[in-house]
Amino acid sequence: MKFGIVTFPGSNCDYDAYQAVVEKLGEDATFLWHKDHDLHESDVIVLPGGFSYGDYLRAGAIARFSPVMQDVIGFAKRGGPVLAICNGFQIACEAGLLPGALLRNASLKFVCETVRLRIETTDTMFTNRYERGAVLRIPIAHGDGRYTADDATLDRLEGEGRVVFRYLGGPGDADEWWSPNGSMRSIAGIVNDAGNVLGMMPHPERAVDPLLGSEDGLGIFESMLARVTA
Amino acid sequence: MSRYRIAVHIVPRRGILDPQGKTVADALHTLGFGGVRDVHVGRHIVVELEARDQAAAEQSTRDMCERLLANPVTEDFEIASVEAT
Repeated sequence: MKFGIVTFPGSNCDYDAYQAVVEKLGEDATFLWHKDHDLHESDVIVLPGGFSYGDYLRAGAIARFSPVMQDVIGFAKRGGPVLAICNGFQIACEAGLLPGALLRNASLKFVCETVRLRIETTDTMFTNRYERGAVLRIPIAHGDGRYTADDATLDRLEGEGRVVFRYLGGPGDADEWWSPNGSMRSIAGIVNDAGNVLGMMPHPERAVDPLLGSEDGLGIFESMLARVTA
Repeated sequence: MSRYRIAVHIVPRRGILDPQGKTVADALHTLGFGGVRDVHVGRHIVVELEARDQAAAEQSTRDMCERLLANPVTEDFEIASVEAT
């Protein structure tokens, strides 16, 4: 199985994603240059974290119009799996692949810490290797992660089981919603209506080895592998 | 074709949490501007373009706002000024 990892000017998690796929998952990965119209026959596309185009105008607003994104949008609309992490999530929202928007953190501060996430559904191609309700420790690192959408959209996401991850508060209060960035309804990750595009602010590719402090993120890559090669 | 200089205001949609605006409002209160009720921080973008006439220039600028300059999910925009140059 081949992961195509898009490199935009300003991407900085493309190598982390590459290492996670090649070294920990043991699958193929290739970088996709933002100026090309070539997905190199990838089975899965990763939109990695970073600060594409310097976050000019709005995070993800310019990257969304880069040449490779026109192919990624077509790939996603044909049902191809897309894992959109952090800046990738922002780009996917700007591109209309996912509903809503990611605005400046309510604290106005960049947050960089390991957070706890609860798996809200295992019925996705990204979370089928986890147990429902499982709590993951995965880092976040962003200044614009406040998930925002209108109430009708939020109700629809919840009603259709498309909220995949929620932030949890401190230890011991696993049922209490919390948000490090002011996200509406503590949303940390969602899927599109067809279920083939996952957007998440936390970085699973930075949590794939005990040396990194957690390997809880590897299950996302394993879930995709299990589903795509099934 | 004529040349125009068009200024656009883009502001967070009312009702959406605007922490930057709130922080600025708090600072203004600290400075003694007690009458300040609310502050919204947005963007001011100036576009210089060529168009057939003013109506076409404005329409083109609105298209730019809808497609790129403003986020239709969270922001509103208005054309603040149009100047033939």
